[in-house]
Amino acid sequence: MTVADVLLLALGAVAVGSGAAVVTSTHLVRSGLYLVISLGAVAGLYLVLGAELLAWVQVLVYVGAVVVLLLFAVMLTRAPIGPSRDLDRPAWPALIVGGGVGLGLAVLLADAFRWTLYDRSDPGTTERMGAQIFGQWVLPFEVLSILLLAALVGAIVLSRPDIGARKGDES
Amino acid sequence: MHAVIPYVTGALLFGLGVYGVLRRRNAILVLMAVELMLNAVNLIFVTADAAVRASLVGVQVEAWAYPNGRPAHSGGVFALFVIVLAAAEVGVGLAIVLQYFRMRRAVHVDEIALQHDNEEQVSR
Repeated sequence: MTVADVLLLALGAVAVGSGAAVVTSTHLVRSGLYLVISLGAVAGLYLVLGAELLAWVQVLVYVGAVVVLLLFAVMLTRAPIGPSRDLDRPAWPALIVGGGVGLGLAVLLADAFRWTLYDRSDPGTTERMGAQIFGQWVLPFEVLSILLLAALVGAIVLSRPDIGARKGDES
Repeated sequence: MHAVIPYVTGALLFGLGVYGVLRRRNAILVLMAVELMLNAVNLIFVTADAAVRASLVGVQVEAWAYPNGRPAHSGGVFALFVIVLAAAEVGVGLAIVLQYFRMRRAVHVDEIALQHDNEEQVSR
């Protein structure tokens, strides 16, 4: 057990614990805030694993943008302030499938990588990651930018009911 | 570092995400659970990038396998791509959810009518 192992264990426990709170909390807003904790812990895991740029992008994009967008949607759909009773469906199918997937994957990975030890290699700094993205992976990067543009246009068209509406069609 | 710790963390997070997607009725909570699943996949990408490369030290690789030089940090690059995909997904998904809320005043995913003409049958 090194310091990195202890850090990984602690951050992993925080991530899994607050992830469980995300999927079980009865408060909508609290669930979003637990998601912040879980994503932040995963960003810490990235830092320990040596992916620096990824950790900061995680904090910027996930915690900064995605969760704020989700909380905006929670507010815009008039979520109640207190606990909501009607958030969940029956638990058994979800418990069986989710628990089966999670525990099965955990057992599989633990069995496969039980004794794998590794030293942290050179950290993924912005310079190295940028060289990889714009060298090796430049075509997926461009495709991804087209996809982002398509998603942007799609979100605008979806949220403006007057675009593409036929005459006499009240939507 | 033990590679098994982040692997198991990622597996458990993915299981929690599957549980949340199947359990929750509110569409925004379903999207949150999807984010958990994408994060688990990212975590496994990053771990596999470091751990697999560490276990390949000393292995002679043919030259034609890497025409542009040995790739490094591929797992991190893929995780970045997945983060971008997640941002796009959440944007479009929330646009759909808000539009649905504007039409029906509800965001319960198990009450959404899949067919247009017989909406009375599926209301529960």
